[in-house]
Amino acid sequence: MSLLTLSGITKRFGGVVANQSISFGVAHGELVGIIGPNGAGKSTLFDVITGVTRADAGEVRLEERPLTGLRPDQVSRLGVGRTFQKLRPFQGMTVLENVTVGALQKCRDVNQARTEARVALEQVGLADKADAYARTLSTGQRKRLELARALATRPRLLLLDEVTGGVDQGSIPGLIRLVQDLHRAGMALVVIEHNMRVIMAIAQRIVALHLGAVIADGPPETVTRDRRVVEAYLGQAYT
Amino acid sequence: MAGPMAKRVAGGLVLLALLAFPLLVTLPHRRHVMIMIFLYAMLATAWNILAGYCGQISLGHAIFFGLGAYTSTTLLKHAAISPWIGMLAGAAVAVVVSQAIGFPVFRLRGHYFAIATIALGEIIQTLFINWDWIGGARGVFVPIRRPDSFVYFQFNESKQNYYYIALAMLALALGVTRLLERSRAGFYFRAIREDQDAAASLGINVARFKQIAMGISAGLTALGGTFYAQYILFIDAESVLSLSLSILICLVAVLGGVGTLWGPLLGAAVLVPLSEGTRILLGGGGKALDLLIYGGLIVLISVVQPGGLMALLRRAMGRAHQLGLGAPSRPRLGHDRP
Amino acid sequence: MTVEILLQSVISGILMGFVYALIAAGLSLIFGLMEIVNFAHGEFLMLAMFGAFWTWALWSVDPLLSLPLTTAALFLLGVLTYKGIIRWILDGPMLTQIFATFGLAVFLRSGAQFLFGVDFRLIQNPWIQGRISLGGLFIGLPQLTASLAALAAFGFLYWFLTRTETGLALQATAQDRQAASLMGIDTEWMFALGWGIGSACVGVAGALLAIFFYVFPDVGATFALLAYVTVALGGFGNVPATLLAGVIVGLVEVLGGVLINPALKYAVVFLLYLVVVLWRPQGLFGKF
Repeated sequence: MSLLTLSGITKRFGGVVANQSISFGVAHGELVGIIGPNGAGKSTLFDVITGVTRADAGEVRLEERPLTGLRPDQVSRLGVGRTFQKLRPFQGMTVLENVTVGALQKCRDVNQARTEARVALEQVGLADKADAYARTLSTGQRKRLELARALATRPRLLLLDEVTGGVDQGSIPGLIRLVQDLHRAGMALVVIEHNMRVIMAIAQRIVALHLGAVIADGPPETVTRDRRVVEAYLGQAYT
Repeated sequence: MAGPMAKRVAGGLVLLALLAFPLLVTLPHRRHVMIMIFLYAMLATAWNILAGYCGQISLGHAIFFGLGAYTSTTLLKHAAISPWIGMLAGAAVAVVVSQAIGFPVFRLRGHYFAIATIALGEIIQTLFINWDWIGGARGVFVPIRRPDSFVYFQFNESKQNYYYIALAMLALALGVTRLLERSRAGFYFRAIREDQDAAASLGINVARFKQIAMGISAGLTALGGTFYAQYILFIDAESVLSLSLSILICLVAVLGGVGTLWGPLLGAAVLVPLSEGTRILLGGGGKALDLLIYGGLIVLISVVQPGGLMALLRRAMGRAHQLGLGAPSRPRLGHDRP
Repeated sequence: MTVEILLQSVISGILMGFVYALIAAGLSLIFGLMEIVNFAHGEFLMLAMFGAFWTWALWSVDPLLSLPLTTAALFLLGVLTYKGIIRWILDGPMLTQIFATFGLAVFLRSGAQFLFGVDFRLIQNPWIQGRISLGGLFIGLPQLTASLAALAAFGFLYWFLTRTETGLALQATAQDRQAASLMGIDTEWMFALGWGIGSACVGVAGALLAIFFYVFPDVGATFALLAYVTVALGGFGNVPATLLAGVIVGLVEVLGGVLINPALKYAVVFLLYLVVVLWRPQGLFGKF
């Protein structure tokens, strides 16, 4: 049985269709990449899964459990973690405090949560920044911080919106390794990514979206050679 | 920077001095100034829990102050119930009302929320002015008791008891804040203040924790209301429910430093003597010089150092950047939708 | 209750509504530009009223004559407020943004109290006084003048925003600061101009109100609160919609007074604010 199942997700904003009857599943421990040009509806899909916006039609299931109609915090407590495309660290809190907020979901004791937060920071390689304020971090560090914060909630499924977007070239290999480590440790991940080289390196499977609809779903080599995928990207390049 | 031990010793000395103050200083006016510092510090500390830590800027906290004052006074006047019980009843009423208010209003963000709390404050003040049974526009005198009675919370012979009660209430508010700072709820409050959508993505029930912050803040504020009624022995909608009181509470906290434990006390320690000083200097009576200075200071602080006096103090002590509000945060366009 | 009283109320509600609309338009314009609520808007109005009052008291100049002067002074005040305060807090936390203008409000109000005292002042024998009768209904001439002049000012503002190059640049800046900047619009100047125009609106309104309204340091508070309601009703940032919203607020105010209880009329208006922001945060007329 799939860990996450999307069936017929449709979402419109006014007259614009952001998601059109999207269906696919994510197995336990699988790493699925989502690609698509700007405006393909990738982030909207994450918002629908996590309860930020409600789909007009279709259903999201985590194993047996329907997520439709749940609030973001409820979805998170069921084990779905996420990061945001536009980074949203708690600016006025330290790095450690940021991650502690995440850790407090599963362990109620603050001291224990802080210890767990340190582990998560260690994992993403930010331990030396623990006492710095979040607003003082670079974009790459903020990405790691958001990742650590989501990890600290001990999710079963992690949704990452743009792992490498806006990050300097030097930080990309580290971030890729991090995602791969999580995957190897058995976590299921759905990763939105613009950088094709990155997605080819990490994903077992790729789902391509265009104008809100799934146009390809399969192993990376097949999807990237798919005629419609190529056309979708070319179309974007020409307009 | 002072070590934790030195800090503890200094803190102990300050507390000792505060406890000894009324024994050494018997001038009623000096004691009155101290009592007002404690009261305003306590109110600002209570407000700070909701606004400073949880980021929900209420401009209607007089509602809860007024509910505290009116509940205990009405119980005392109509049923001869001790104001101590009335104080708890007032806090309970304030908590219930705060939850009823919060349920719809917490769906609003930023400016919308702030204006909604002003509107609610005005509505409730208008209702009280027109509610004759509890005194209406004329106000209510708390029945005078002679001799002094602890049970009836009245000490007309000396201000000493009021002094200690006010100090205890301030200690309570600070204690609650300290406890919250170190608790799960405290972390959640600050996360909500920083970014409530990100907070929700980490599993925080945002609405619920806003309500918790509101309830604690409202309950503490109501205690101050009862104290005020028993200290001044007269209340009316203007003195305990007005927008200007709500604003005064905020100004004390903002001046001192929002989202910090000691900021509100620092703010009160500066503003209250300033008010009293200008009143003596100019003989009171509508001159409003104190408010003129407050207003100017608040503008200055907002532009120069949003962290308030606490931030200046910390910077002076070589610990800049210790505050959550010290420097500009992310560009916030688009974050102010209800 | 007679039909006359009701009609009388409806007329005075509409007349006041135009003045509310002008006050709210200034607030809405500023909000639309930078998502900042000027909590000192009411105090700006108070200053305009005092300006009109003192030019009358000292030099016997009628408020209608000194109106251009009052407007220019308020324009300048708005620009200075932007340059001196607002531009420093544009990207600051919400709390700073709220309390900067709140502090300014307290400062101006208590400043007026300090200088002028708390007395209620009224301009005696303005040019326009008395009332006209229309089929048994009485309309105060000062109110009528203020209302029509406010409407004219509103119309001018609308023309300026939609038909002039500068006005369009202002709108573009409100839509998207960055895009406007890329198009070569000096957004910094637009922000300052927005504050100038937004404040000039209360300059006009204040001069007009001074003809028939008491002038005192707290006078701005009520008008400001009504302006928040009006802006919410029209949709924050939607300047044209404030005209209808102002009329609605004027009507709700007088009808609430007549039909429910005069003492509760403002409570009814504030209730309207809560209902609107909770159920239709984009305002009554859509478009956000």
